[in-house]
Amino acid sequence: MTGHVDGNAIAGPLADFFSFDVTMATGRCRACGTVAELARAMVYISGAGTVVRCSTCDHVLAVLVDTGERAWIDFGGVTAIEVRR
Amino acid sequence: MSFITRGFTGRGRERDDRLPPGQTLVGDFPVLSAGPTPDIDTADWEFTIRTESGAQHSWNWDQLMALPIEDVTTDIHCVTHWSKLGTGWRGVALDTLFEGVDTDYAYTMAHSYGGYTTNVPLDDLLDGKAWIAFEFDGEPLDPEHGGPARLLVPHLYFWKSAKWVRGLVMMEDDEPGFWEQNGYHLRGDPWKEERYW
Repeated sequence: MTGHVDGNAIAGPLADFFSFDVTMATGRCRACGTVAELARAMVYISGAGTVVRCSTCDHVLAVLVDTGERAWIDFGGVTAIEVRR
Repeated sequence: MSFITRGFTGRGRERDDRLPPGQTLVGDFPVLSAGPTPDIDTADWEFTIRTESGAQHSWNWDQLMALPIEDVTTDIHCVTHWSKLGTGWRGVALDTLFEGVDTDYAYTMAHSYGGYTTNVPLDDLLDGKAWIAFEFDGEPLDPEHGGPARLLVPHLYFWKSAKWVRGLVMMEDDEPGFWEQNGYHLRGDPWKEERYW
């Protein structure tokens, strides 16, 4: 198959992926390259949002904003997340 | 059949008209942090405005203190729904800092010690609307509130008043800063309730 399909095709794989315990997952910091369990990250919680930082270099790994009705998640600070089955 | 009576109560709930929509008055000063509080000695502090030509206009602490200092009494409004009225600050107006700055760009990105960023249109920083503030309530600004110096742009939601500010970079286009990339509004006018995208 050479063409592409639309985003509906990732609904199943993503639901499957995020059904794992995220704190058991490991991520690679985009800034310093450290691979570590997300449970080891430093988390700053405020009314504006939650900021997840690398415990090695302080760089922002992820940002979560949740207004109740709307939510945003930014994993721009990790190059990849690994979950083990 | 009482459904029409509410319309005649007007502003009878005695809501303070200095409070923008969706805001609640607080007496304390909540702290919102997206990371560790940087420890910045005023001896090491510097503030820089960088323009499109590459020109850098910098002030160290003593140079900042030598500029005209203004007392500012203003209301502040946090996007997390709290407001404080009549807060007292001291600082240097951005008008003063921009006096010798030559730029055609209309937008700025504020950068802080610790890596925080927030975008502010230049128009929102000039004409007596914004300061580099270093005192709150007659005391040096606490590090947890952004000391030694923070941006103060009180007519916008308070996430625009970057704590631990260290500089402004002029931008041709209005690009999003830290919170603005993650759901928060590009400008953040509390009277228009510009909280999110």
